[in-house]
Amino acid sequence: MGKSRTLNLGTGAFVLLGFAALFFLTTQTTSRGLPFMSPPHYDLTAKFDNIGDLKVGSPVSMSGVEIGRVSKIDFDEADFKAVVVLRINARYSQIPTDSDASIYTQGLLGGKFIGLTAGGADTYLKDKDQIDFTQSAFVLESLIGQVLANFTKSKAEAPAAEAAPAAAPADSKAAAKPKAAEKAK
Amino acid sequence: MLRELWDSLNDALEALGAVIQFLLRLIVNTPRALMRFDLISQQIFNSGALSLVIIMLSGLFVGMVLGVQGYELLQRFGSEEALGEAAAIGLVKELGPVVTALLFAGRAGTALASELGLMRATDQISAMEMMAVDPIQRVVVPRFLGGVIAMPLLAAIFSVIGIYGAQLVGVQFMGVDAGSFWSQMRASVALSDINEGIVKSLIFGVACSLIAVYQGYYATPTAEGVGRATTYTVVTSAVVILFLDYLITAAFL
Repeated sequence: MGKSRTLNLGTGAFVLLGFAALFFLTTQTTSRGLPFMSPPHYDLTAKFDNIGDLKVGSPVSMSGVEIGRVSKIDFDEADFKAVVVLRINARYSQIPTDSDASIYTQGLLGGKFIGLTAGGADTYLKDKDQIDFTQSAFVLESLIGQVLANFTKSKAEAPAAEAAPAAAPADSKAAAKPKAAEKAK
Repeated sequence: MLRELWDSLNDALEALGAVIQFLLRLIVNTPRALMRFDLISQQIFNSGALSLVIIMLSGLFVGMVLGVQGYELLQRFGSEEALGEAAAIGLVKELGPVVTALLFAGRAGTALASELGLMRATDQISAMEMMAVDPIQRVVVPRFLGGVIAMPLLAAIFSVIGIYGAQLVGVQFMGVDAGSFWSQMRASVALSDINEGIVKSLIFGVACSLIAVYQGYYATPTAEGVGRATTYTVVTSAVVILFLDYLITAAFL
């Protein structure tokens, strides 16, 4: 009897340990956490033209301090914008209504996060409010595309000063002009 | 030449069919074996709790190696904070289930196969049949179920200890910031990654335990036969685990 008792004890301890490990994995290594353990919070929405690779669970920070996380990303078919729901910790309840939200990159090629910059208004954002001033993600590919377009354009312009402006897309031309002129010299 | 190839293909298919038939027999006998939960509990202890030490030690060292290697690689790009993410995803999705299953085949699978093989060799199984005790239900199914239950728990323990090992090297020795280590991990590990790990280890648990009890139950009743059954258990388990791992990974992508 004594033997089977220690045996059952061992089995029980092992199973308990295993489930504790599973519990640790699901709650501590993912952004999920426990629903009843999540701190009080409120939701803000913001619309962006382009969110890059922002993901659900990406941090929301203000002056570099994490104050919340992205809880939902949706697409608004009426104005073709991304709708991002920010879940802000209730401790940070005094965000001015004219604050702006921008999408930044952590490190050179790291993940995206949303940075809020405080405005000067006296009223504060409440639950379900929308942040009106937003700035889209900086998309590396389009920047590289622009640089490449500038490069080919300046090469083409070098021999025949203003003969080949068609190489670059129209919107990058304005920005490209000064650089191209410099290169041509 | 072609004839031999055809024959060996036939043999392989026949063996697969026999194993699947054996699995069906185990499943049919499972409900009645569940009535004797003490037997299953004892097998969970044998396969699981007794494998804990080797699983935990291996997990720690695998995690520490991941920490060192990952740190070396990531610091070249100045993104050593991603170490937590890299180690956690690697462990939870791949290394945890696969290495645990390989160790399980070596530690518990061989024990199961040689135990059943010796029972066969010393006529204990025939004796049970004589006494109208179904050996499948009394001996084989509890061992099989014990392995199936133990494996996901062992894999989860392996992953947690491995993450601790990576954290030990990365944060304590190499000086990666602890906050960004954990926050990057949390931001990038999804619940689906963990589910994938659990599904993998469950399937590996079924495969490993099935191979072990099959080899043991049908071992040739000689000293040599028991030895061969043990060897085949490890070899077949290793190949099947890695093959299944590829299949499951491809299915989850």
